[in-house]
Formats: sequence, C-alpha cells, structure tokens
Amino acid sequence: MNLLLKIWRQKGPNEQGKMVDYPVTDISEDMSFLEMLDILNDQLVVKGEEPVSFDHDCREGICGMCSLYINGQAHGPERLITTCQLHMRSFKDGETIYIEPWRAKAFPVVKDLVVDRGAFDRIMNVGGFVSVNTGGAQDANCLPVSKIDADKAFDAATCIGCGACVATCKNSSAMLFVSAKVSQLALLPQGKIEATERVLNMVEQMDVEGFGNCTNTGACEVECPKGISLENIARMNREYIVAGVMSEEKKEVTGGF
Amino acid sequence: MSTLNSKIPEGPLDKKWSDHKDHIRLVNPANKRHIDIIVVGTGLAGGAAAASLAEMGYSVKAFCFQDSPRRAHSIAAQGGINAAKNYQNDGDSTFRLFYDTIKGGDYRAREANVYRLAEVSANIIDQCVAQGVPFARDYGGLLDNRSFGGVQVQRTFYARGQTGQQLLLGAYSAMSRQIGKGTIKMYNRHEMLDVVVVNGKARGIIARNLITGEIERHSAHAVIIATGGYGNVFFLSTNAMGSNVTAAWKIHKKGAFFGNPCYTQIHPTCIPVSGDHQSKLTLMSESLRNDGRIWVPKKKDDNRKPVDIPEEERDYYLERRYPAFGNLVPRDVASRAAKERCDAGYGVGKSKLAVYLDFSDAIKRLGKDAVAAKYGNLFQMYAKITDEDPYATPMRIYPAVHYTMGGIWVDYDLMTTVPGLFALGEANFSDHGANRLGASALMQGLADGYFVIPYTIGDYLADDIRTGKISTSTPEFDEAEKQVKERLNHFINNKGTKPVDHFHKKLGKIMWDKCGMARNEKGLKEAIAEIQELKKEFWKDVRVPGSLNEFNQELEKAGRVADFIELGELMCKDALNRNESCGGHFREEYQTEEGEAMRDDANYAYVAAWEYKGENAEPVLHKEELKFENIKIAQRSYK
Repeated sequence: MNLLLKIWRQKGPNEQGKMVDYPVTDISEDMSFLEMLDILNDQLVVKGEEPVSFDHDCREGICGMCSLYINGQAHGPERLITTCQLHMRSFKDGETIYIEPWRAKAFPVVKDLVVDRGAFDRIMNVGGFVSVNTGGAQDANCLPVSKIDADKAFDAATCIGCGACVATCKNSSAMLFVSAKVSQLALLPQGKIEATERVLNMVEQMDVEGFGNCTNTGACEVECPKGISLENIARMNREYIVAGVMSEEKKEVTGGF
Repeated sequence: MSTLNSKIPEGPLDKKWSDHKDHIRLVNPANKRHIDIIVVGTGLAGGAAAASLAEMGYSVKAFCFQDSPRRAHSIAAQGGINAAKNYQNDGDSTFRLFYDTIKGGDYRAREANVYRLAEVSANIIDQCVAQGVPFARDYGGLLDNRSFGGVQVQRTFYARGQTGQQLLLGAYSAMSRQIGKGTIKMYNRHEMLDVVVVNGKARGIIARNLITGEIERHSAHAVIIATGGYGNVFFLSTNAMGSNVTAAWKIHKKGAFFGNPCYTQIHPTCIPVSGDHQSKLTLMSESLRNDGRIWVPKKKDDNRKPVDIPEEERDYYLERRYPAFGNLVPRDVASRAAKERCDAGYGVGKSKLAVYLDFSDAIKRLGKDAVAAKYGNLFQMYAKITDEDPYATPMRIYPAVHYTMGGIWVDYDLMTTVPGLFALGEANFSDHGANRLGASALMQGLADGYFVIPYTIGDYLADDIRTGKISTSTPEFDEAEKQVKERLNHFINNKGTKPVDHFHKKLGKIMWDKCGMARNEKGLKEAIAEIQELKKEFWKDVRVPGSLNEFNQELEKAGRVADFIELGELMCKDALNRNESCGGHFREEYQTEEGEAMRDDANYAYVAAWEYKGENAEPVLHKEELKFENIKIAQRSYK
C-alpha cells in the first residue's frame, strides 16, 4: 500500500516544530507501524536527510517506551495495544496518517516524536514503593493476600508507564498513572503502613510536575493500552481524603512531626 | 598458562556460600558513604544491585540508555521465576533445583555457582513479596506455582504472563526509593562507551548523554556491568531493539575475558518471520507447550489448510521422537527438531519455515473458555501480529534467538578478570551452562543483584576505604575519552552510502545461517571470513546522518553494530573451537545416529574464556576446567 505520512518534526526542546509530508510506497500490511517508520528512516538516511526520531524498545507492548499520537489517538486506532503492536493492516491504501508526539506540558519534546517522561519517575521517587531493604524478608507465605485483592493489585500493577493517559487527557492529568501505583500498594498489606504518606506525596509531586487535574471524562481508560481501570482513580481519591484526615490527626498528636 | 582463578570456596557444596559470607571482609557503614559504585544497566540484575548497594550505604551511580530504569528488557519476560520453596509439597529442594539446572545446562556450568543460585532462590520470592510484587495466589491467599520444561516439580512463581514486568517494577520501586533519598544518582538516556582502568583496576566509565551528545567522565571505586545479553547479534531476536553488547564488549577489550560466547539459546516457540521488513521476533511463552501439540504434515509441500489435513497425515514429531517428555522437551531439543523437519521439506506457511502448534485437542478437552483463561493474552498477541485466529486454526511457530548463556567470565564473587569490574545477570557467563531452563533467567538476575554482589563487592572494596574520591582528570580518562570521541567522529564524518541496519541485517543473516541452531566447521570458517569482510565494508561505507552533539539514534546504532560485528567473529571462533555438541551449541559433525547432541566430556568439560589481544591479533583461549563432585555427569535423555 501507498501512504502519505504527516510527521511532526522538531529539532530540540526549544525549537519551533512543524508537520512535514513523507510519502511512503510499497508498505506491506503485515508490517508493524514502527517497521514502516524504520523503512522511511532508512530511505531518509540514504538520501542524506535526518531520520525521524521516535522512542521504542521492546516492540512487544510491555516496556512502555513507544508512544505516538496517530491520527489523533494515543497508540493509534486500535484498542488495548501500544504503537509497536499496531500493524499496517489497520490502515487503508492511499490514506493520510498524522503522526505527532505526546502533547503535555509535563512531557516536553526532546526531538521530533520523542518526549521526556521523567516526571513519571520523579512521582515514583516520592512514594511508589514499599520501604523494605534487601535481606531479611519473612517467608513469602507468612503474608496471605486474598485472591481478589491480589488480582486487583496485579491489574493496577500492569501499567507500563507509557503516558498515553496523560497525552489523551484534555487536562493532561496523570491521575490514571499515579492511581495505578497507589491502588496496587493500597490493596496489599505490605503497602498499608505507608499508605498515608504515599498518596499525599505522590499527588503533591504530580501537581509540582505540572499535570492537570481529573475531570472524569474517562478518555484515559479508553486509550490505555493495558486497560487500567478508572476504578483506580476512585480508590486514590478515597485514599487521599482518608490520608488528609489521618495526617491532620497525626499533626495534632505529634505537633507536626 | 591460564590466569583464571574461579575462587570457588573450599568445603562441602552446601556450606560454601555461608562459609564464604562469614569470612569475607566487610566495609563499615561510615566508610561506605565515601565509596562510589557505578552500575550500568537497570534490569533485574542491575536494578536489584543498585538498590541493594544504596540501601547498604554505598554511593551509587546508575546508568541506562532508556528514558527510565523501568524499561529494561527484563520487563518482557513472560513465564515465571523458579525458586526451591517446596510450597507444593512435591519434594522440591535446593539440591533438586541445583541438579535440574546443571543437567538442563548440559553439564557445562560451575557447580558452586549453581548451588548458590538454588540456595538464594527462596529469598528472592520473600524479598519480592515484601516489595509488593503481586504474584499469582490461590483462594487461600497463598502463592501459586506452575510447571516449566525440563523439571518434574512445580516451582515456578508467576504473575500471569507478565512475571518479568512485575519483578522489574519491584526492583525499580526499590531503586526509586533510593533515588528519592539521593543515594542513587540516576543517569537515564546515557550509554556507557568505555570503561576506564587505572593501575589495573576499573575506576570509572566514559558515557554519552544521549540527549545532548555530551561525552561524560564518571569515576567510582568499582564498576558493575549488568547490561544483558547479546542476542541482537543475529539482528532478529526476541530482545528489545536497543539490547546490545557494547558495555560487555568494551570491557572485554579492556581485559575482561569473554566466556562461552557461542552458547546461544534459540527458543522453539516464536512467531515466524513474515518478510524482510521484520525488525524483531515475538516469543510465545513456553507454557503453551503444556497444552499445545506440535506437528507438521507427513507429506512434503502439503499446501492444504491445517484443519483440512486429517489426523493420520500429521506428524507429531516431538511426541514421536521423545515419548517420555513429548511436547515439553527442553528448548534446545525442541528447536532443533523443528529445524530438522523444516530443512527436510515439511515446513508450513508461506516461507515453509514454520511448524504448527495446535490447541484443537485442548479446546475439545477443556473447552474454549478454559483455554482462553490460561493463554488468552498470548492468543490475542498472536492474532494481532498474524491476523489469524489461533482458536480456529493452529499457530505457526518457529525457533528464534532468545537468550545468551555466554557472557563475561566472572569468578565466584562475580568479578571479571579486571579487578574492581563486576558482571551480573545475563551479561555474565555463569550458571546456565550451555542451555538455560525456562524461568531461570529472572532467578539468576535477581540472585546476582539482591543476594550475591551486595556481599562479595565488600570484600573487594575493603581495600578502598582510604582511597578517597577517584579523580577523572587523569591520563587514563583523557585517553579513554579521546578514543570514544574519535570513533564517534569517524561515524559522523564517514558519509558512506548505506544505513546502519543494512550491515546489521547482513551480520544477522551470516550468524543465523552459519552460527545459529546448527553449526559445522566449514560454515563457521566461511562465516569468520564473511564477517571480517563485512567489518571492512561497514567502516568504509556506513552512513550516519546528523551530528555528535544532539539526540542521534543512528549514531547510537552504529556504535552498537560495530561491536556486534566483532563479537560475531568471536562467537564463530568459539563455536569452531568446541568440537562437540552441548545444549544450545549443536555441531553437525557431533551427533548420534538419531540426530541427538553428542558431548565430549573428556576434552570439552571446560569454560572457554577468551582474552582480547588487539585489533588484528587472534584472541587467546583460557580454559576453566569444570569439576563435577556432587553430580554424576551423564548423557541427557528425554526419550
């Protein structure tokens, strides 16, 4: 098939970007979307032009490195997959395809289609963990977890941190991402001890990074390649309110320490 | 004369590790703060090591080429992680896990290391659960297990088909905590381009900031390489696109011996290549062989649809050849059998390089819903890639490069032949011998990172408590940086005619055809000559656009492919040297009449550790003899 690609090109974070047309020919429908871009890039290199930069690594939908806004949708037209799992059979011969980077203030463009998602790491650094050092953990079966909670925690834990939720959200909110981690750890006994500090710290960092708030449009859940549920946001809100009350009580008892 | 000292502790097998830990030197907490450790790679081994060392009080600098440590390719592991917990009461023990691993590795691994691995396996599960890793559980709330190839117990812990992801995110969370505390300084989108050796000791690295292109110097008292395997030397593999050998190859050129480079694991069940555009291969988990039956038509060039081929005209060749293990023979055996059928002209699909993995019996027996509950996500993945419905028609599968057992040679303390330079996880050669069993890679990565290096590195660093900060303004750093820059400049200024991928694909084809699932003397010799030719062509004609001081993905690839080319040659030389068949290394000259692998224990029960001698010099082979004192060495049989 033959296609016209309209791709966002931007030299660097502070440069002006623009859409550029690239016709591609003889694309097989068995190719993945990123393989189609590989072919375009090899052609550009031979012609002496700069290839299009885009993030990718595992190419099997799990590392969360690939991104791309394709025809106005995060990870393209199909549901429950990442861009690297998208195949050209999802497009029609002669089609024009618009390819843009994730758009969010908290994800500045590095180059072309590559953005900086460091904000996600920084949110994790303030609470996305259980404070346990290596060594000396008790036997794993000393801590039974009901299957229902374990399965729910797992569902939340499958988030790949790609940022599609943020890119999709009209407010560029990171609530789905943050709530997935808060939920995973809130559902497990291991995570309960630090639940209060965790949710307060992670939400605070989320605001510091410049993500917007949640207005319950639910677009994030629809575009999430792993199907992370909105239920997690509800759980985080609950955790947050409880944590607010708890931390007030704590201040009264400890005098602020 | 050999310079290898594996430093295996004295004493009985089951006491070696505890005795060793009790007697090696320690570094006190006040001194740890003044000691810097560099960890390159943030997968299971690197992530676990960085977090644990930082918790202990060392000052850690961690590096990864991805945009976040959470993306390392450990994340893609599907099936599970082995541990000798015996939760299923089926007679599992440390010794049995040790025994299965040595046997599965075709008697080419070091006993003491494998025993230690089995010993700490149970601690890994405890540690991960404490971190909040959501393993599968049963209705009583306790941990669930499943079975994997080559063993007779249920010792595999899992988190649906995403065990690697959950374990890696556990290690990442432990790292995040230390990054937040400032005990780990994290360098994302940085690539190590050389190690710096001062007075015979590893004292730092040269790294490129992949965003700005800046070349940076980083010093430390010890350097840990945990950068994974080199399967991408074949171009097509199940590895991530960025997985590379560069860190391991650079340290090899600075004095670290490379162990058993020819030991490659070809995984039997992957989605076949669909055309020249293909950039990577996708694995279908080994667990599918629990219920799927593998077959090809009995007639050559049978172009009927698989569902139209009657039962009596199908050859279930694994069940035919290996009645005892059937479809669950180890990976090396299953892969070779598929290749044998396809080479003989019985392959299926457009390319004829595929066999069927058929679930119709399982669907009849268990019902479609039960099969979907077990394998749904894999079936969906298959359907997305091939546009075929595996519930209605058999999957087409073919072997693909998946894992490399070979790697940097290390002693019992995981130290390479360069003092102060350590290698962990898939990047080292240890533990899996000539063939790795399923669900053992995650175990090894985490064992090295959480439970081995935190102890053994102290013994080395105890000498460094008075050293003070290592300066980066030394002639050694100057020289290493100069060489790195010269090479990068060459790529940019070369202005050849062909993109990097052109050469990478060519290399991959040579390796797959002549150093892949089956090797022979003639082919290997041809491959060596062809690779030498390709190397010249690459340096003359590669084209890398853009400039040095910017985000430049083609430049990154060029450096990696240059190293893969050199590694490919060493792999062929190692395969040529090993005149036997063992595990993933199958030399066509050494097989039984039935086509089974023939080991030569009298002459090849050793680790081949290669020493780099310079650009145009032959590498020198050092041998570490393998002694089997606790296991009777025997022919593997799965018949």
